[in-house]
Amino acid sequence: MTDAVAGEAQLAGEVIELEIPARAEFVALARLVVSALASSDSNLADERIDDLKLAVSEACTNAIEAHGAAGSSEQVVVRCRAGVETLEVCVEDRGHGFDPAALPDHPPVTDPDRLKYERGLGIPLIKALVDEVQFNPTDEGTAVRLVMRHAANGTAPD
Amino acid sequence: MDLGLDVEERDGFAVLSVRGEVDVYTAPRFRERLIELVSEGKHKIIVDLEGVDFLDSTGLGVLVGGLKRLRSHDGDLLLVCTQSRILKVFEITGLTKVFSIHDSVDAAVGGPDGGANP
Repeated sequence: MTDAVAGEAQLAGEVIELEIPARAEFVALARLVVSALASSDSNLADERIDDLKLAVSEACTNAIEAHGAAGSSEQVVVRCRAGVETLEVCVEDRGHGFDPAALPDHPPVTDPDRLKYERGLGIPLIKALVDEVQFNPTDEGTAVRLVMRHAANGTAPD
Repeated sequence: MDLGLDVEERDGFAVLSVRGEVDVYTAPRFRERLIELVSEGKHKIIVDLEGVDFLDSTGLGVLVGGLKRLRSHDGDLLLVCTQSRILKVFEITGLTKVFSIHDSVDAAVGGPDGGANP
């Protein structure tokens, strides 16, 4: 899209950063900001905005739990970066970090033992919802980078 | 953020209607209400998700925990949900195979297969 449309935000190249206290009640605020921003980006369909909103919720929930486990009182950073072909959201925590490859495999859902696992659904959801995800260890914690590609380039998950 | 949790009786079922957003902040209230119902002896529970605007993995965890708790009492937990964006969360995680999901409370009380989504 090269022509500016009246009333429509020109987002490409802009970075919007939100810092939230690492408390459960602020995850809704992160969702609200990201979905409002994504809605002003006409290149993402409503269904994909819902996908991103859910992925952000999962990433922020993990970040807050990481802060809780590490006893950190620092803020969680949610950084949105609008590209020409993508919308990226990076959620940075100051927890102890984790290795997504080391997550335990759950039994298949049809296995009665699956009911023992009430947690651990967040990472599989994130992976299924966004076009690209990276879990990057930082000096201070973990940065989860979520990437949504614009309509023409995106592959909407089923 | 409001989370609505209303309970009514229907044909031997306790119907818990959830409204609003279920996430890490509101899920504990949802979990407590389910546990209360079970401890009151209500072992057949229908959770109506039609009023839910948002549900993430913490909400799924509450439902999985509720189902496990009820099965240990020879009970059951049925779901009512027709919203595609909520159903999608169950589909991605494979939980459509674990839960009996119905189109309406009427269909859920109507029998094990009444109105179940394919």
